[in-house]
Amino acid sequence: MKLTINGAQREVDAPSDMPLLWVLRDLLGLTGTKFGCGIAQCGACTVHLDGAPRRSCVTPVSSAEGKKITTIEGLSSDGSHPVQRAWAELDVVQCGYCQSGQIMSAAALVVAKPDPTDADIDAALSGNICRCGTYQRVRAAVHRAAELRTSA
Amino acid sequence: MSETSTPSRREFLKTGALVTGGLVIAFTVPGARRFAQAERAPAGPFMPNAFLRVGADDTVTVLLPHSEMGQGIWTTLPMLIAEELDADWSRIRVEHAPAAPAYAHTAFGMQMTGGSSTTWSEFDRCRQAGAMARAMLVAAAARRFSVEPLACRTENGAVISGGKRARYGELAEAASKLPVPKTVPLKDPKDWKIIGKPTKRLDTPEKITGRAQFGMDVQFDGLLTALVARPPVFGGKVKTLDAAKARAVPGVRAVVQVPSGVAVVADHFWAAKLGRDALQVEWNLGPHAKLDTARLHAEFRRLAGTKGLPAAQAGNVEVALGKASKMVDAEYAVPYLAHAPMEPLNCTVRISPSKCEIWTGTQFQTVDQQVAAKITGLKPEQVEIHTTFLGGGFGRRATPTSDFVSEAVQVAKAAKAPVKTVWTREDDVHGGYYRPAYVHRARIGLGGDGMPTAWHHTLVGQSIVAGTPFEPMMVKNGIDATSVEGVADSAYLKSVPHHRVDLHSPKTGIPVLWWRSVGHSHTGFVMESLIDELAKAAGKDPVEYRRALLKGHPRHLAALNLAAEKAQWGTPAPKGRGRGIAVHESFGSYVAQVAEVSVEKNVIRVHRVVCAIDCGVAVNPEAVRAQMESGISFGLSAALHSALTFKDGRVQQSNFHDYRVLRLNEMPVVEVHIVPSTEKMGGVGEPGTPPIAPAVANAVAALTGQRLRELPLRLSATA
Repeated sequence: MKLTINGAQREVDAPSDMPLLWVLRDLLGLTGTKFGCGIAQCGACTVHLDGAPRRSCVTPVSSAEGKKITTIEGLSSDGSHPVQRAWAELDVVQCGYCQSGQIMSAAALVVAKPDPTDADIDAALSGNICRCGTYQRVRAAVHRAAELRTSA
Repeated sequence: MSETSTPSRREFLKTGALVTGGLVIAFTVPGARRFAQAERAPAGPFMPNAFLRVGADDTVTVLLPHSEMGQGIWTTLPMLIAEELDADWSRIRVEHAPAAPAYAHTAFGMQMTGGSSTTWSEFDRCRQAGAMARAMLVAAAARRFSVEPLACRTENGAVISGGKRARYGELAEAASKLPVPKTVPLKDPKDWKIIGKPTKRLDTPEKITGRAQFGMDVQFDGLLTALVARPPVFGGKVKTLDAAKARAVPGVRAVVQVPSGVAVVADHFWAAKLGRDALQVEWNLGPHAKLDTARLHAEFRRLAGTKGLPAAQAGNVEVALGKASKMVDAEYAVPYLAHAPMEPLNCTVRISPSKCEIWTGTQFQTVDQQVAAKITGLKPEQVEIHTTFLGGGFGRRATPTSDFVSEAVQVAKAAKAPVKTVWTREDDVHGGYYRPAYVHRARIGLGGDGMPTAWHHTLVGQSIVAGTPFEPMMVKNGIDATSVEGVADSAYLKSVPHHRVDLHSPKTGIPVLWWRSVGHSHTGFVMESLIDELAKAAGKDPVEYRRALLKGHPRHLAALNLAAEKAQWGTPAPKGRGRGIAVHESFGSYVAQVAEVSVEKNVIRVHRVVCAIDCGVAVNPEAVRAQMESGISFGLSAALHSALTFKDGRVQQSNFHDYRVLRLNEMPVVEVHIVPSTEKMGGVGEPGTPPIAPAVANAVAALTGQRLRELPLRLSATA
């Protein structure tokens, strides 16, 4: 089947019910999207389908056909997306494993809500677990990303 | 300038010739061999055991002897080297070192990351490595400039003398041909430019773009993926196996039996998972099929009322208890816990006749190497370990059995192919190596002044170390030090003339392991809750009560006082909220926390935590702050949510929906204050965890009057 990933057309040979996560990681080598739970409980696998955040671990690849798929690799080529810049500025990451998912959730949020409140951040990011406990910095970085975005 | 002795000449291995146009500095620092049996003498004329490499392009590559698992040493250790090297910070690069004896922990004698020990244990070694490289670069420059080395100074990656200047990259090759100095001077702390300065993480660029490579991300041509079906009960074995349906799944290449179960080896994860789902396995459940935590808890409670092995004693506790004017008699309990790092366990193995290559996020390279050597019949030095970033460790990636590495080696060996063995989240939650459950019983007698005169404390819980290769070093007279740390060595007990600590270490069949802060994860909770109980019985303010008990413990007091001051202890808490405090020493650091909580419909909400730490010199204050935030979050998961239970031998939880951890909406505002200190250095990875549960429990008690003595904290339905 044909997929549109980070602006490029990719052809994959995969069963239609194979989760998008494993198509991205194991068939296409896009390992920035992470496996954490497999049941949409942790958010590490978050990607965008037509701009909306989706848990790729429970998204059959067939349902992504015809949609624009964006992964962490496609957010920017060099870490220059406002969310990534805010993350760097506030020294958010620790082990880093959940951060692709955190960043993808945040990137979708600041588009949907250009000036998100703490409640908006709670609603959009409480599905992204971080065992290192970077939550306080994640929250501050989302606010900062919103600022960077509107001032850009 | 202070002089420091350096290792003798023969301990240095100059390997510059193998790095084109560069300088490599390597040496070993003999340390206390706490884990001596894990030691191997350095073998062979060359080992790539360098700590840093100076490239002709001016880059300084630091080879990290410890594993980066979030704690920030990818930045902190290079800071130590760069300080003495006067390196250009923008040219620092970092790699994990290979597994080799030169990278053995300076105190523990094996290559490992744990015990919140990386920064203090590398403080001298890394600075010496940097100073040595600097001295050789200066010597090379002095020759080039035809001046004395003393006429040269270094700055930002260059040697300067008068109007002459040479970059390190230009000097590297010449420097690599010079003799290694016998002693190197280290800077006076007043001259530090990097140490003590809040410094941003060096691993951020790759971790915010998805480029960072974790074990899970290892891929190469021909690599297969395996999932292992393991017995549903610890100690179970395969009775019958029908793999026909699994083999029929497209993409499945092999089904092989390994000591831990049945591995389904496939082209990719999804095929391996479908294959494993299709396996038909009957298990011999073995002796633990009736394992039941409710029954275990009852047994632990019974034992808590009986005499155990003495872990500490002074005076005559029974007589003194009889004379007490007031008694506090309390029982506390904590459950089994999984580490649940975000990256599920995984390990990639490629075996050839001459070597075994391993790619994984591990905290225990030396043990892994030995275990893999044994399985493959190779020598340990033929086992190459490529340490990737760890997607969290918390102790789980430091098993004395190397469980996830040894299994992956078995799978690759049986499959006769390079294989990445991957665990699902369910495999991780069911896979054992948990923080052991504990029951504590304390009977404490107070004198007329309200201060404790007699303290009898009994702990019941599994030993982490018994049965492992570390037992001879860490278990003395039947007492596993990690079972009683934080109680037997408590600063409070030192002020109690009559005390006794008893330990029972029952065996249950459940594999247990160190979990961030180890014994302190339960002893901190119990001791700091008890102190509040005593203060209440004495009718005293919890901070005043602690101050009275901790006279003569200035580092505890400094942390306690700073946290209390910053949290405005003594002023009324915001409406509807309660405050609680705790102070606990662990891993050489002293941490106090004040938690501010509210309770609504019996749900505890933590709004704010004020944290103070004395860890000695804070090499990277930003990393210290991050680790306090992290330790608090990790401890809050245990304080508010997490518990593993067993019924009919099976773990009843499986994934994040029923093994709950803290989420973003529950994260309090955390303020961290660092005590200015030049005292002995402690760690920061773990010490932030122990005080948070008692600080919250104490706040809940202050707010509601309910004293909660079990984790996770659960208010009884009254409101």
